[in-house]
Order: sequence, then C-alpha cells, then structure tokens
Amino acid sequence: MEKSAEKEHPREAFGWAARDTSGVLSPYHFSRRNPTAKDVCIKIIYCGICHSDLHFCRNDWKFSVYPLVPGHEIVGIVTEIGNEVQKFKVGDKVGVGCIVGACDTCEQCTNDLENYCDKTILTYNYIYHDGTRTYGGFSDEIVVEEHYVLRFPDRLPMDGAAPLFCAGITVYSPLKYYGLDKPGVHVGVVGLGGLGHLAVKFAKALGVRVTVISTSPRKQKEAIDSLGADAFLVSTDELQMKDAMGSMDGIIDTVSATHALMPLIDLLKKHGKLVMVGAPEKPLEIEMFPFLMGRKQVVGSCTGGIKETQEMLDFAAEHGITADIEVIPMSYVNTAMERLLKGDIKYRFVIDIANTLNSN
Amino acid sequence: MAAATNGKCASPAEEHPRKAFGWAAIDPSGVLSPFNFSRRANGDDDITLKILYCGICHSDLHTIKNEWGITKYPVVPGHEIVGVVTEVGKNVTKVKTGDKAGIGCVVGSCGSCENCKQDLENYCPKIMFTYGSVYHDGTRTYGGYSNMIVVNEHFVIRFPENMPLDKSAPLLCAGITVYSPMKTFGLNEPGKHLGVVGLGGLGHVAVKFGKAFGMKVTVISSSPTKEKEAIERLGADVFLLSSSPEKMQAAMGTMDGIINTVSAVHQLMPLIFLLKTHGKMILVGAPEKPLELPVFPLIMAGRILAGSCIGGMKETQEMIDFAGKHNITADIELIKMDYVNEAIERLAKADVRYRFVIDVANSLSAA
Repeated sequence: MEKSAEKEHPREAFGWAARDTSGVLSPYHFSRRNPTAKDVCIKIIYCGICHSDLHFCRNDWKFSVYPLVPGHEIVGIVTEIGNEVQKFKVGDKVGVGCIVGACDTCEQCTNDLENYCDKTILTYNYIYHDGTRTYGGFSDEIVVEEHYVLRFPDRLPMDGAAPLFCAGITVYSPLKYYGLDKPGVHVGVVGLGGLGHLAVKFAKALGVRVTVISTSPRKQKEAIDSLGADAFLVSTDELQMKDAMGSMDGIIDTVSATHALMPLIDLLKKHGKLVMVGAPEKPLEIEMFPFLMGRKQVVGSCTGGIKETQEMLDFAAEHGITADIEVIPMSYVNTAMERLLKGDIKYRFVIDIANTLNSN
Repeated sequence: MAAATNGKCASPAEEHPRKAFGWAAIDPSGVLSPFNFSRRANGDDDITLKILYCGICHSDLHTIKNEWGITKYPVVPGHEIVGVVTEVGKNVTKVKTGDKAGIGCVVGSCGSCENCKQDLENYCPKIMFTYGSVYHDGTRTYGGYSNMIVVNEHFVIRFPENMPLDKSAPLLCAGITVYSPMKTFGLNEPGKHLGVVGLGGLGHVAVKFGKAFGMKVTVISSSPTKEKEAIERLGADVFLLSSSPEKMQAAMGTMDGIINTVSAVHQLMPLIFLLKTHGKMILVGAPEKPLELPVFPLIMAGRILAGSCIGGMKETQEMIDFAGKHNITADIELIKMDYVNEAIERLAKADVRYRFVIDVANSLSAA
C-alpha cells in the first residue's frame, strides 16, 4: 500500500501545496528523504514564484499530480551533507533550480545539458529515482543530490538572486548558445516580465545592444531608465515596427500568450534567430516567404544545464545582476498568484520562506 | 506592348541589340508559347551562353501562374540552365569560349552588402533573379527557356568535363537549394541521421547528397508507393510513412536534421518531434499559406526551425564540383520544347521522376 506523503520519508517537512485545478495553495505536511551519500540538505530561505508554478498549480499542461508543492527558484543554507559530498559543507549558501535529477549517462547529460535529458527529473511534480514524487521550494527544507546543487555567490543578495535559478538561466542560456553575447550584436527582448527584465540585464552586461519590444507604451521609461535598454519598440505601432525591420541579430521572445510571430521575424536581420522561451499553448502562424528568403530561424530553449547555471550565477555576481522583486510572506502566496496571472508584478515575487513559513 | 518613339518603353524584341527567342507565359493561365525578345550585347565582364538544356523547377510553375502574386508578363522562366560558352568579355577569366557552363537562379546582386561580401548573394536585398527581375540596366530579366543568355561572369558556374549536362541542369536550383542548408547547418557529417520530407525534385537530390556525405538517410513521405523507389533507386536507408502515427512515434527524437521540401501546407508538429535535442529542420519548400508552428516541441528539446533559399555563387560552384566528384546527378525526363505545357501540367500533379529537363538546343526553334 502506498505510503502517504507524510510518511513516505523519514524527515518531516512542511510547505504549501495546490490540491486541485483551482491552483489555490494551502499548508501541507509531507516528508523528505534522509540524505544519501551524495545528498545535500538545504534549509530554504527564499523561493521565487515562476509562471510555470502557476501553470502547474492549475494543471494547464495536463500532467499535474496533486497535492503539488511548486517552487524551483530556491535559495538556502546547507544543514547536512552525505558522506560523499565534496563540493559543499554545512553552512554554505546554495541554490536549486528546475532540475534535481537526470540519467547522468546520455549524450545530453555527458555534455552538461541535463535540461535536455529524456529522463530529466524536475524539482517538483516528477518521479525521483526512488519512485517517490518530488516536491518543490514552497517548503522549509529540500534534499538534493550534490550535482544539482548550485554554489551561491557571496556577492549576491539571497532574495534578489532567487529568480536567477529559473528565469535567469532560461534567458542566459540562449544568449550564449545562439551567439547573442558578442559586442556589436543587436538583441530584441519581447515581453517585459520575469524573464524579459533579466534578459535585458544579462544582454547589457554581455555588451550587446538591446531593444525591448512590448505592447505597453507605458513600460518604455522602465525599460530605458531602470533596466538600461537602448531602445523601446511598441509592437502595435506599425510605423515603428517597419522602421526596425531587419535590424536585429536575435530576439528573445518571453511571451507565453498566443501572439503574432511574423512581425518579430521581420525585425530580424537575415540569418537572425527568434528564440522562444515563453511557451504558448497553441501553435503560432509562420509564413514561409520571409522566413526562407532571409534564412531566418525560430528556435526553442528550455532552462539550462547545471554547469551553465553555475556560470550564469558567477557572471551575475561579477556584474551585480539580480532580479527586481517583491518579497512576500507565505500567507500572501495565493494573492501573488492571482496578481501574477494578470501580470501585476515588477517583475518577480519571492517568498520569504525562512521568516514566514511556519507549520503552526 | 507597343514600341514607343522615344525608345524608353521598347518592346522586349527591341530593347537589346541581339535577337533571342524562347517560350514565355503571357498571362496567369501560365500557358507558354513562342516568344521573340532580345539580349544585351556581351559586356567586358559578361559571357554569352548557347543554351543546351534547362530544367523545369516548381518555381517556374508558381511564377507563370502568378501564384505568388508578383509576376509581370511576359515571363520567360527557367533557372537551371546549362550550355556552351560562345563569347567572353575581355575581363572574363572564369571560362573561355567552348567551355561548358551553367547559370542558376541569380544573375545579379549589389556586390557590396554584408551578404554579398560573405558570398551570400542569394540573400542580397538587391538580388536579381534569372527571370522576372529588373537588371542593373533597368530591363527585365528573361530565363532559360530560350536559345541564349548573357550573364555577368560572377554568376556563371563552371561545369566539370565528366558531368552529363542534361542530368546536371537541375542541380543549379534544386541541388544548391538542398546542399546549402545541409552544409550551413552541419547536416553533412558522416554518421549523422538526416530526414528528407517529400520525394520530388528537391527531395531526391537531398537523398543523394545525404548518402554522399556518409549520413543515414530517412525519407519521410505520405505516399507508400514511393518506398521502393526511395530505398532501391535512391539509396535511402529507411522509409518513414508520415501518415502512420505508430511509425512516426517510434522515430521520435532520432534525427539530427530534416530537410523539408514540401511546398504544400502541412503539419509541422509531427516532423519537429522526429528531431533530437538541438535538432534542426530546414524549410526549403515554400507553401503559399502560413504553417502552424507549435512552440512547445521546440522549447522542450532546444530544437531549431530555419528557412533557406537557394545558395551563394561560391557554394553553388562547390556543390557542382562535389556532385561531379561523386557522380551525383538528378533523375530526369528529357522533353522537347513543345511538350513544355504538358510537362507543367504533369509537374502540378507531381507526375515526374523527378525533374523535367528541356532539350533546348535540339527542340527550340525560332518563332
């Protein structure tokens, strides 16, 4: 007989879970495994709220299993280590992102692309090697295999850096992989939210020219003055879009709603790349002529491997890159989710777990 | 088309000094008929080619029926042209009189933009196509369904002696259209697995190039009747029936790249799923209507969808030399000029294995 979540592991754990497709979160007692030889126990201090958390809580992608404890932008302190752990010691500041396991032997894993392993185990809602379900960072503690734990750079603030573990790597990885990190390159960023605002910061730090492309003219001041973008393009302004045609080497498209691709493809120079990191549920339309005649590309990218996540964190520390956040108590989480749904956040909620998650 | 007294709107037969003849479409019915026009004098950088053969490309069909909405009539199509050099300008060094040479889809470009400087004339914003474009001198270009053509040396392809000219003509468009993206996107490495969607003029040449590169080649087609052909005649390793969901599912995540030659509207999603992580699908067919692009399958495996359009001059020459070395030619049906309208109708129904080539020298006579 299957053990309940509270009893399947020896360590008591506490968090907030969604119980059904309403996505409403509430206190939840469950359990964590004792650390095996290669595991690291982490007391969670902060956890960012990612749009994927919202999708999973509401079963938008049709494979959520309830109760579901979301959260994959986790920052905390090591409290215990297995006897074969070498990279960390008790007291170290660490982080955990979207992945807590993979097969470790396939071509993707051996090339440090655990995020593309067919057997990737995500931080929550997935089945771990021991057959039990994974639970995420809206909780007091997590136990993770050493390989999937990231060193947290001292220079970064724990709350502001939490969103780097998903949003940060999701935009950093394609900027590097698709060569959009060289001085002189011109990158467009579509959508100014959790992903978009970090894309602007990373791209500027990499020395590229950045144009923010948005449907909201009121975001212009923010984009230029606060985030340092070089230019702002209102995507509903036909004249502005026409003037900018063929001017960008690449575009990072963070928009997860259905939207028109062709105006973005037209913004690309020949041989330019439109990188999709937002995941619209329905297919988008693509017209062939401009696509073929310009040898343009539409590419997808999904988070990043562990090695490049560490590289991203170290780069962020060197350049002082953190997310713009709103720190909230655990009890505010459902309101935060409602606001996130409406895009009412600049630009990431981060839950103050250590101070506000209590099991009483 | 009346001749004007001031010569500004000279008729096609009068605008240039040298008489030429060919077959042209004069309206969107697309029916071709004999047509007298003229070619420019051979300039210092030009060569004159007596046309021996010209392949019929699906683009010719799209153009003569104005399916892309941009055709100006009369139009003499044809951009898979091979022949013999009959005259060279004094600056020409690439070929000499009597040499075999070919002309593909491009006869002019700006020569100075980023694309031209990187040997990517095919992406020059001021590209001049072999037919249907306005040339540097303001006159319209006419293609290879004609007896002769005058072309700037830069846009002429040398033909190795051993290559059969009739069977090699289609390489000048179909060949380079698949060779260029295979090379650009690394789909030319031994051991890699290449999918080819659609077994027509483009597709069959892609299979041949793929095998010559030492790749494993899977032909993906909706017609079960093409299996024997694909495996036995063209040398593909596997035939995948795209209308079989079980077979498509079993092949998921197995291909490094796919060359998609289909020019009709079709589903991209099942094809995208065939790609490995970071796998690339290159679209070279040009459906008139938009296709649906599912984003999730791209994101989940970091896959790439790219478009590609013919190739630059340098890589076209490289492709011909490679084909010469590996004895790669197109499978053709050689026809006479007066069969051309029937050939076009059969092409519209994909009733050809796999390219019609017009025996111009032996069957095109002056109107």
